Amino acid sequence: MAMNYNSKDEVDGGPPCPPGGTAKTRRPDNTAFKQQRLPAWQPILTAGTVLPTFFIIGLIFIPIGIGIFVTSNNIREIEGNVFMYYGLSNFYQNHRRYVKSRDDSQLNGDSSALLNPSKECEPYRRNEDKPIAPCGAIANSMFNDTLELFLIGNDSYPTPITLKKKGIAWWTDKNIKFRNPSGAESLEERFKGTTKPVNWLNPVYMLDSDPDNNGFVNEDFIVWMRTAALPTFRKLYRLIERKSDLHPTLPAGRYYLNITYNYPVHSFDGRKRMILSTISWMGGKNPFLGIAYIAIGSISFLLGVVLLVINHKYRNSSNTADITI
Amino acid sequence: MGDTGGRRGAQRGRKAQPGRAGKYELRPKGPAGMGSLSHGEDFQDGNENTAFTWDVKANNQAYNWQFKEKVFLCWHRQKYKTNVIRTAKYNFFSFLPWNLYEQFHHVSNVYFLLIIILQGIPEISTLPWFTLFAPLVCLIVIRATRDLVDDIGRHRSDRAINSRPCQVLVGKSFVWQEWKNLCVGDVIRLSKDSIVPADLLLLASTEPSSLCYVETADIDGETNLKFRQALMVTHQELTSTRKMASFQGRVTCEEPNSRMHQFVGCLEWNGKMYPLDIGNLLLRGCKIRNTDTCYGMVIYAGCPSVTCGLPIPSWCRAGSPAPARVPAAPSPAHPPPHAAPQIFLLLVVMSTALAMSFGLWMREFKDRHHYLWILYQGGVALESFFIFWAFLILLSAMVPLAMFIMAEFIYLGNSIFINWDQEMYYAPLDVPAKARSTSLNDQLGQVEYIFSDKTGTLTQNILTFKKCCIDGHVYGPDSESRTPKGNPYLWNQFADGKLRFHNEKLLRIVRAKRDKVVREFWRALAICHTVMVQEKDSERPDLPVYQAASPDEEALVTAARNFGYVFLSRTQDTITLMELGEERVYQVLAMMDFNSTRKRMSVLVRNPEGTICLYTKGADTVILERLHRKHSAKLSTEEALAAFAKETLRTLCLAYKEVDEATYKRWHQRHQEASVLLQNRAQALQEVYNKMEQNLKLLGATAIEDRLQDGVPDTIKYLKKASIKIWVLTGDKQETAVNIGFACQLLSDNIHILEEKEIVHILEACSKCSSNPLTKKGFPKFPPHIKLAMVIDGDFLDKLLLSLRKEPRALIQNVEADDSRQEPWEAVRDFLRARGLSMLWQNFGVQQTPTKSKDSKTRESPEVQRERAFVDLASRCQAVICCRVTPKQKALIVALVKKYHQVVTLAIGDGANDVNMIKTADIGVGLAGQEGMQAVQNSDFALGQFCFLQRLLLVHGRWSYMRVCKFLRYFIYKTLAITMTQIWFAFYNGFSAQPLYEGWFLALFNLLYTTLPCLYVGLFEQDVSAQQSLQMPKLYVAGLKGELFNYWVFLQAIAHGTATSLVNFFMTLWISWDTAGPCSFSDYQSFVVVVALSGLLCITMEVILIVKYWTVLFVVAIVLSLSFYGVMTYVTQSYGLYQISPKTFSFLYADHNMLSCPSTMLVILSNVTLNTLPVLALRMICQTLKKPYPKEEAEEEAPTEEIFTVEPIPHLHRGSCGRRSSYAFSHYEGYADLITQGTILQRPQEVSSELESDSPVTSEEELLLRPNSSCWHFRKLSLGRLRHHQGEVSFEEMKPSSAMSSSSSVDRQSAVNSDNQGSPTKKLPAAMNRASGSFQKLQMVKKRPLSPKQRPPLPENLLSTKEGSVPLPKERALPKKHQLSLPESQPQPSATKPLPLGQTLWGSQTESSEEKLSPVSTSVPLGESQPYISPKEPHASKEGTVVETLPGTEESSL
Repeated sequence: MAMNYNSKDEVDGGPPCPPGGTAKTRRPDNTAFKQQRLPAWQPILTAGTVLPTFFIIGLIFIPIGIGIFVTSNNIREIEGNVFMYYGLSNFYQNHRRYVKSRDDSQLNGDSSALLNPSKECEPYRRNEDKPIAPCGAIANSMFNDTLELFLIGNDSYPTPITLKKKGIAWWTDKNIKFRNPSGAESLEERFKGTTKPVNWLNPVYMLDSDPDNNGFVNEDFIVWMRTAALPTFRKLYRLIERKSDLHPTLPAGRYYLNITYNYPVHSFDGRKRMILSTISWMGGKNPFLGIAYIAIGSISFLLGVVLLVINHKYRNSSNTADITI
Repeated sequence: MGDTGGRRGAQRGRKAQPGRAGKYELRPKGPAGMGSLSHGEDFQDGNENTAFTWDVKANNQAYNWQFKEKVFLCWHRQKYKTNVIRTAKYNFFSFLPWNLYEQFHHVSNVYFLLIIILQGIPEISTLPWFTLFAPLVCLIVIRATRDLVDDIGRHRSDRAINSRPCQVLVGKSFVWQEWKNLCVGDVIRLSKDSIVPADLLLLASTEPSSLCYVETADIDGETNLKFRQALMVTHQELTSTRKMASFQGRVTCEEPNSRMHQFVGCLEWNGKMYPLDIGNLLLRGCKIRNTDTCYGMVIYAGCPSVTCGLPIPSWCRAGSPAPARVPAAPSPAHPPPHAAPQIFLLLVVMSTALAMSFGLWMREFKDRHHYLWILYQGGVALESFFIFWAFLILLSAMVPLAMFIMAEFIYLGNSIFINWDQEMYYAPLDVPAKARSTSLNDQLGQVEYIFSDKTGTLTQNILTFKKCCIDGHVYGPDSESRTPKGNPYLWNQFADGKLRFHNEKLLRIVRAKRDKVVREFWRALAICHTVMVQEKDSERPDLPVYQAASPDEEALVTAARNFGYVFLSRTQDTITLMELGEERVYQVLAMMDFNSTRKRMSVLVRNPEGTICLYTKGADTVILERLHRKHSAKLSTEEALAAFAKETLRTLCLAYKEVDEATYKRWHQRHQEASVLLQNRAQALQEVYNKMEQNLKLLGATAIEDRLQDGVPDTIKYLKKASIKIWVLTGDKQETAVNIGFACQLLSDNIHILEEKEIVHILEACSKCSSNPLTKKGFPKFPPHIKLAMVIDGDFLDKLLLSLRKEPRALIQNVEADDSRQEPWEAVRDFLRARGLSMLWQNFGVQQTPTKSKDSKTRESPEVQRERAFVDLASRCQAVICCRVTPKQKALIVALVKKYHQVVTLAIGDGANDVNMIKTADIGVGLAGQEGMQAVQNSDFALGQFCFLQRLLLVHGRWSYMRVCKFLRYFIYKTLAITMTQIWFAFYNGFSAQPLYEGWFLALFNLLYTTLPCLYVGLFEQDVSAQQSLQMPKLYVAGLKGELFNYWVFLQAIAHGTATSLVNFFMTLWISWDTAGPCSFSDYQSFVVVVALSGLLCITMEVILIVKYWTVLFVVAIVLSLSFYGVMTYVTQSYGLYQISPKTFSFLYADHNMLSCPSTMLVILSNVTLNTLPVLALRMICQTLKKPYPKEEAEEEAPTEEIFTVEPIPHLHRGSCGRRSSYAFSHYEGYADLITQGTILQRPQEVSSELESDSPVTSEEELLLRPNSSCWHFRKLSLGRLRHHQGEVSFEEMKPSSAMSSSSSVDRQSAVNSDNQGSPTKKLPAAMNRASGSFQKLQMVKKRPLSPKQRPPLPENLLSTKEGSVPLPKERALPKKHQLSLPESQPQPSATKPLPLGQTLWGSQTESSEEKLSPVSTSVPLGESQPYISPKEPHASKEGTVVETLPGTEESSL
């Protein structure tokens, strides 16, 4: 056996040697880590620690909720910058095939992708043997109604409200994610060899007259390309900047909305909306968040009370908290 | 298994030596021939394939190398390989392909690969390619690394084995060479205790007739010695190295195969042919024992050797770190996979449902949504089919791939913590605890049954003389302070100084020589025994070295020796003592041997003065009733005995009387007559003995302590409190076992001990009830407050375990390790089928189990019912003690419990005899250092001491279980919390399988963002500290009940996860509905960011809440995880990567934009709060409402602990017995005969001295190992085995009626017992081989002359026994037994024994009065209605044949 066992010792390191066989003792190190005795804090969830938490959370959340709610409801008077949205409902911008149907390389100004869009764009990849720019179903289905807002003043002559086209997209989208194909020539030249999406009226380089807002970096386009999470969504359309501190941006009065109707939604029972909103520190009007906070705060408070009652009734057993897992 | 080799050896020996005489042991087929099936196959195979195509010529390499074998087309290679073994799986080049190939045998890996491939199909690709690819690659790399490390270990061990030295004959002399250089045809020399390097043909050995003893434990686990023998021709011719060198024999034989019990070959030498069989062969891996030197010729070398087809012997895979066992299938992540199929099923169902929903929506999309319709070209069915796969891919993240790998880490980590635990380090042997298997940690927390060996495990196997009572005076050890420094026995030149017993007063009295009783007391100890004096110790040549049949005797004789009554030597009829310096020779007139019926032994001597004295020692119950009527010290001695019993010391009473010459003459006459009787001689002798042993004078009593290991009673107490049932399985005698049971507080006086008879009654009652399906569980109702214990022995078990032995394969299948990696999902099926269900997942099998048991109930045979009833009964007992069980029975008992109760079993043992048990149990624990390394090598956990078991189970086991459970629960929660949102999202995107999360988030979520806290939970979590765990064993019960992880918990986790995902998704959705402005997250990417971050934070919050042990590590883990999120999000959403691949990193600055808005933060905060608060409150409520843990322990247990001080509660059925006899003596009869016949007094004649002179290698190992391979476990092995062959005969009529009349409980108990075992036949001096092999040799030589009448049966008979391993009553076997045991007697005719008695209820006839009272037993007709004890016809016919072994074999198997 001896041979067997010695060799095993070498290999295995496991079976013990006869005492004195090795000079080095195999006693395990006495470190806190190895002995699983690391200094530790053992939080024990007892009524004493948990109950105050509930009340404190309740006390914090309810005021926040009220604050949010009030703020949200106060977004009424159209002061400050006004945001103009269009809303679509029952429009599945989050459909998988739809979401995929774009070529980010092309949109980022990659010249090869411009002329040879990704396969993901099928069947909106090529039209009449020319690559579509921008390719894909998302771009193809871009919202193309035009909304114009007029203030019908006292003189019953409608004053057009200046709607700012820029500043509605994420800065990172506008400046980083979306880029026109590089080149010194005119935008049209740069898009040469491509064709417009099937449903579009104009090619991409004719989306706007402003060269900074034309082509792929057109903000309407960018906003549309940032697909919505849900079938009912709203997208920023225009900004109405406040002109002076003294006057409201949109003073009270009758307004006239002129819609150039291009976009069909009837087939899928869609609805179009136009929303005007100001925003506060926490974004636009959002009553739900406030309500949610108030609710959570109340729930917390309620739970605290329930716990208090239960704990009071069964107080004696709470000292075994450390054992329950 | 245990028998095949031995039988084979015996058979072989008989064939070779027809003239061999001696005592034959009747050997019916061993119980549960674990190997018997395979054995049978061997025969069949062997008969088919006997072509001798293997041709080896000794000392002629040129000849041997000429053989080529065709490998492929025209590529030939050497037929005979060198002796190199390779257990390593891979080499440098094969590692990568082969390992990958193996890894993709995992269903889960294949599944994920499939998913990844599916993702490549654009139609259904929902997730980016890397989302699943990254985790899979990580997983594969980690596993490959682990395999690589393992394999490097194997390479190393291969190298170690291949470079072992052995002596090879080169030219004219033997030179040392490495194993790997051996070739077929080489002649090699092996010395004692070396391992056979290749399959050898034994040519010669230094033993007589070229016998060679081998131990095959490494091959088949059998620990008994077997012998091999060289051919007579080689034995006679090859007597020197020179002759060896010129040996030109040519062996032709069969090709290497895996039949290790079969070998057919032929030796051609000098023109003559000699047949060879397995008996001439030394198999690789055997160990040479008790043989100085032997010579062999290599026949098979390297891996095609015979043994290589077998499950690789343990030495062969020495390097593999964990012993393979199926419940612990190499992948330690075996519990988690069982959730996988369920999750997968769920996944398929959900995918189907979602795909169907998509189908319904499809029409609308196609018809109405103009912007979508062109995207769908296919039909509804086709697109739905695609969507099904798309969802399958999308939801595949639900199958927790990472869980498997993390579980592996967790198991490994917990094992390492076990190795590191200082509290389990045993300093005296320098043994730390070692988790050899890394996959059983959680089961350690659920152990319900512990099967423990006794000797060496519970006890130290050191018997010390502790107290004595002489003439009514108790002499205990002096208190420490009064113990003089130095050895008080220095005056005595024969004192060995090992005696720990110091009593100055007694010593003074002894040295004064005045007290006659004291003198006779020590004289009795020095005379009345069967101890042998061995050759002189090399250090102290003047000192005798004792070889005792039992350690008790040795302790007693040693005590006498230290007190000046030195037993110097004995011859056949004299005993020489040195009494306080005076040498006295006593003439032995008669030795009346010990046996368990008589419970005493006496020696009748004539002292030098000519007086005839009878010295008797024995059980108190037996001696006290044989005393002379008037005895003054009797009362005080009884008191002393009672006191000793309370201390659980083993007691013996000593008595003597002087016999006058005339009485002796008369008695001698009768003795002579009795001893030549042909029939019933043993009985007659016993009567004669009994005549003499009357009217004794009490000398006193001795108390020997069988020292328990440190902390054993405490450990057992705590383990019992943890609701763990402890069974002691021992080869020892019943009295010894029961005594130990009391000593370690397994038994106490208020426990009702069920004995065999009662058990039979109960089982019968039960079987009646169960035959009537209406009344379930027909146990006699024991009042719950009565604590039960059970004491049974091996014979009883034999009768009980019938059905189990019929299907030994099923039982052993988890012992036979199959190395193929068990795949999780396949494993489930196998698991449920093969019972090895990890208890964690036991509850998943809940549905299967009842149905299974239901239909099995209808079909189940009476034996099975019986077994089930027995196990049910035994499981209600506080303690079960099985004595006189063989190693195989130990394994069977474990298997029995495993078969009928779905519980985790743990077996702990220290010796080779425990290996079977250790391998059979779910968890095997080996104690290091006591009886060699075999137990450790086959174990899953190696410990230094029994008491470490407490910490291993209560602390590490519980922690591991708790950690794994918490981990699993948390992991399932977190997976669902993240992935379920995908489903909710599907309702809002037209079931188009649009993924909700960014690919990178999904990919890294399980890898980086949540891994560390998970690992922390699995590795470091402590709900209570180690100390509390130890102090509150009740906490362990949670593991037994599977409280921490079961279906309920699993559902809770699922519900919790679902709730979290619902809250996160819908809260975000509702809030985002109306948002506007730059911070609006109504767009997809922002929405995703909010949901993902909410989910991640909820999950982190949850782990913060569930972790009860906050260390710096945890904080680091949390912080790191969140920073990983920050960093990785920043990286994957950076412009640099976006430029490289916009599609892969499409979420450019999404997080950045969202998180810069305060409103987003508010949303996330509300999500997390809403998720956490109710859960927290719910937990608080549950916790408050939950009943507090009972704190009764200390108070409740106090009285039972102090049980000895309290007035003992009378035994329930014993009634009358007030004092418990603590008589225990681990001694078997037969030694006196050996002495009186002079058998073991003769020294063997050394044969082949020439060979020995060559260069006997004196191995140091031998010295080292001698204590390890002590006889005791051998003895247990063999005697247990011997016993059940004899036990079927009832010997009531031989039993002295006086023995039966005792009213003492123990007496009755042993009387019942003795019906089974009180065979008058002589048993072989099992323990005698402690003295080294010399005794064996001796007997081999001595028993040579054999009368033809006693020749064992022909081999044909043997063949027919291969199936029938059931030891049923053997009518024909029995008389033969008699005949054989009394060599000088004539064979008796068959059927002299009243057989029917032997078949009836186990020995219950003696209690006939009780029998009549019991309606059960009287109403049951003997025979047929008791199927499991009545012999069945087919069996009986088989049983009729007898298997004998030569005495030599039998002894060596002892």
